[in-house]
Amino acid sequence: MNWEVVIGLEIHAQLATKSKLFSGAATSFGAEPNTNTTLVDLGMPGALPVFNKEALRMAVMFGHAVNAEIGMTSVFARKNYFYPDLPKGYQTSQMDHPIVGSGHLDVALEDGTVTRVGITRAHLEEDAGKSLHEDFQGMTGIDLNRSSTPLLEIVSEPDIRSAKEAVAYVKMIHSIVTYLGICDGNMAEGSMRCDVNLSLRPKGQQEYGTRTEIKNVNSFRFIEKAIYSEIERQMDILEDGGKIVQETRLYDPDKDETRSMRSKEDANDYRYFPCPDLLPIILEQSYVDDIKASLPELPTQKAKRFEEEYSLSEYDSGVLSSSRAMADYFEIAAKVSKNTKLAANWVMGEVSKFLNQENIEINQSPVSADALGLLLSRIEDNTINGKTAKDVFQCMWLGEGSADEIIDKKGLKQVTDTGAIEAMIQGVIDANPAQVEQFRASEPDKRKKMIGFFMGQVMKASQGKANPGLVTPILNKLLNG
Amino acid sequence: MSLEKQDVQKIAHLARLSLSDQDAEEYKHSLSSVLDLVEQMQSVDTEGVEPLSNPLEATQRLREDVVTEQDRREAFLSNAPLTESGLFLVPKVID
Amino acid sequence: MFDQSIRSLAQKLRQKEFSSVELTQEYLNRISSIDPTLNSFITVTDELALKQAHAADEAIAGGNTSPLTGIPVAHKDLFCTEGVLTTCASKMLHNFIPPYESTVTGRVKMAGAVTLGKTNMDEFAMGSSNENSHFGAVKNPWNLDTVPGGSSGGSAAAIAAGLCVAATGTDTGGSIRQPASFCGITGLKPTYGRVSRFGMIAYASSLDQAGPMARSAEDCAYLLQSFAGFDSSDSTSAETSTQDYLESIEAPLTGLRIGLPKEYFGEGLDSNVAQIVMNAIKEFEKLGATVKEISLPNLNLSIPSYYVIAPSEASSNLSRFDGVRYGHRCSDPQDLLDMYMRTRAEGFGKEVQKRIMVGTYALSEGYYDAYYVKAQRIRRLIKEDFVRAYQDVDVIMGPVAPTTAFGLGEKTSDPVAMYLEDIYTLSVNLAGIPAMSVPAGFSNGMPVGLQIMGNYFDEAKLLNVAHKYQQATDWHTQTPSLVKGA
Repeated sequence: MNWEVVIGLEIHAQLATKSKLFSGAATSFGAEPNTNTTLVDLGMPGALPVFNKEALRMAVMFGHAVNAEIGMTSVFARKNYFYPDLPKGYQTSQMDHPIVGSGHLDVALEDGTVTRVGITRAHLEEDAGKSLHEDFQGMTGIDLNRSSTPLLEIVSEPDIRSAKEAVAYVKMIHSIVTYLGICDGNMAEGSMRCDVNLSLRPKGQQEYGTRTEIKNVNSFRFIEKAIYSEIERQMDILEDGGKIVQETRLYDPDKDETRSMRSKEDANDYRYFPCPDLLPIILEQSYVDDIKASLPELPTQKAKRFEEEYSLSEYDSGVLSSSRAMADYFEIAAKVSKNTKLAANWVMGEVSKFLNQENIEINQSPVSADALGLLLSRIEDNTINGKTAKDVFQCMWLGEGSADEIIDKKGLKQVTDTGAIEAMIQGVIDANPAQVEQFRASEPDKRKKMIGFFMGQVMKASQGKANPGLVTPILNKLLNG
Repeated sequence: MSLEKQDVQKIAHLARLSLSDQDAEEYKHSLSSVLDLVEQMQSVDTEGVEPLSNPLEATQRLREDVVTEQDRREAFLSNAPLTESGLFLVPKVID
Repeated sequence: MFDQSIRSLAQKLRQKEFSSVELTQEYLNRISSIDPTLNSFITVTDELALKQAHAADEAIAGGNTSPLTGIPVAHKDLFCTEGVLTTCASKMLHNFIPPYESTVTGRVKMAGAVTLGKTNMDEFAMGSSNENSHFGAVKNPWNLDTVPGGSSGGSAAAIAAGLCVAATGTDTGGSIRQPASFCGITGLKPTYGRVSRFGMIAYASSLDQAGPMARSAEDCAYLLQSFAGFDSSDSTSAETSTQDYLESIEAPLTGLRIGLPKEYFGEGLDSNVAQIVMNAIKEFEKLGATVKEISLPNLNLSIPSYYVIAPSEASSNLSRFDGVRYGHRCSDPQDLLDMYMRTRAEGFGKEVQKRIMVGTYALSEGYYDAYYVKAQRIRRLIKEDFVRAYQDVDVIMGPVAPTTAFGLGEKTSDPVAMYLEDIYTLSVNLAGIPAMSVPAGFSNGMPVGLQIMGNYFDEAKLLNVAHKYQQATDWHTQTPSLVKGA
């Protein structure tokens, strides 16, 4: 049978506030256990929550970025369940009146098509703590540093039809929240976590099949792999005439399979009700409008501008705007070098290659955008050629100094004295009489290919320092002469 | 409204209260009486009346995003039944 | 010394007639001789009290005083007090020593008062008789076979017996007013949001409110002045500025418009209590007030509405007592679920467990709309009744409770009999308005309180009305014979 995959995603983005959603404790990652906690985060008797202004602003920013309705009256509700990392026995979240209502996102896929994914809602909620399962006297240790950290839970409509679409959507959300500066997007530290709801149905069928929820998939790659493996699992069951059990599953990247989470099987009745310790959040229209007006340029807007302003291809613009850090890096390098196309090629080429090799982000690059721009400007003003520039870049990456320092120290400056170049070329011609004869006997269109050999010899002779722009016409003249 | 013993056990489980069979029998009666008492609400027409969850109907105040608290872990952990290395300990949690 | 007003004690302290240390020692002596009979204190903080008294004497010598400097008070054992055992009268918190201070007790301390200890109460403030305490029932000093009322029964009994000058209480459905009425003292439940709930162990968050309890309205005014007002740690704290509760306390009552809700004088009200309330009303007429019959038609619905809302909020508020971070944990838990189930069953008393289950049920899937949402709609009807009434009257008066203090054990077997006791007090909490209980007479030797309800944030008016009445009467100065000779 021909199956259609139906996917909806819930993304938890940790908001980049300094203090927690309901307390004045720090949100910093990696602190000693239970040191970033207050009475509120620990659920001590008599402790009361007070809501963080900045979390509200960030949520409204996100709402605007996904073309959503903003909840002018939103209400915190308690979601009641017992778990040791949930100190109050309830999670403060939003139920009937979320801060962000329905919106949508147009997601560009690799093949150039665009698909629209509906956003059901996005709501504010507090994070829970962490259970550490290492052996502590045969027990579990509870660290509540993360308790009450602000999260924005972004719920999509079941509009996604493939693993590729899912990844493209998550990447898009990732780039939006990082562009807005409301989340650091660090998936390894859990700043962005993803739950995948997945079901299959025969192609053409209207109603949805039974879905499973895969919890906490924490990288783009794992999202894709988890989806593939869950599709396969469901398909096997359905093709054998079996039924899918609605349940929560966990993706195991080592085994590349999902498994049922038995602890969540105990069907929960969360008993949501409006939190009586917090009051409704009522927004003024002017507050919402001001945030909209001050929204930074978003990825799709930026890509469009790159295409128009810098005459870059759609593909290049998309790649360069995929993260705010890369876009900023590119724009600085372009401005300093005064050659946009060159900067684009270098950022996507050499720079990305080095970043990938070391598996680091562009904002961690040892070569700053300014430094790259200066290097490129040395290609522009013919101080060095592109090939030499790559060597200089590597030295810069290793921290050997600025482009000019390295060019100077290593004597890499191009030879631009035509007399010297001519002498060098004559030397090459004299040393290779057979090739010269063959060249001169060939048809003009074959000669074009053969000139590469002489160019290579000249470069070798000049140790790469001869300016190719000057070499070519002289070489042509002497060979044809 | 009258509850059965298994209803009481179900509620008690949700509320994480361990009840003996005898407790459940006792609560079956007392909970049913309370539910009977509150049942009289159903005779009132509240069509169109907005629920009131806070008597003052005020709006939420906002806190500036600043870190105001220092680490007081030792004081906070001092009441805990069992701790190690700054962690609260509980019976093994199985995911 | 034990029957004097705060104003008189403060004056004598300043005139060095006696020191705060002497005064405090006198009260500590009274507690140790009388309280074994009453059981009104869970914890007596002798050392702390004498240390604070000493500091108060130094402050007085330095001329640096507030009206409460050196005055011995007690706190209901539901306010978190830094370094002092805070139990909420529950086994669950039998060993809990908070590393922080509630806003109310912190402000009272700042005002220079001396803390004698923490008073007994119904466990987690759930009860109207103070029989639901892990530390045993409290007895009414007017008759040791009767209850002091609840849930702030320890505070009321301690004041009536002269074991402290004044005390804090909390009122979720009548827990200040009803024990004040039963023990013949004065108590005020302020407007919801007037007093910070920070550090108060929550029963029902949208109803809980702390207030002063003392012998007189004037003493209540002094205590309330010290702790009322905005607190940024409580999102539900009102930003409305506080009044000076003593400034207008002497204002004449000429032209005061009193509303008498006919529903408060119907079936179920003891005829002696009704007579005493009507006598008090006549006294107000003599003071220049006018009286008008009004109607609060949804009074009867306050019981079902309250007994859905309060347990619902409580079921969630009390989820944090799980044996992980503080308080009781069962021995040798087999696994996590076993730890939760046994810890909570062992730690909570029967009434608390009952209310947790009622609330859990009312919020559960399929019942939420029929119970919780319905109760919230009725809550609005009840509030609207008061809003309408206050268009025509300044205060509303009626009984606090249908009867005087009932016998110990009398209402413990019937699961709802006790709930019906709260008929005249619950609607005040649902609406969030302020109300007082003021001693107004005796029925068969037992005190009867008059309830005075005011408009939102009109605590100054209530205190003024009660004070003028107390200047014209002496009901509030009566002391039970049990304690006189001690």
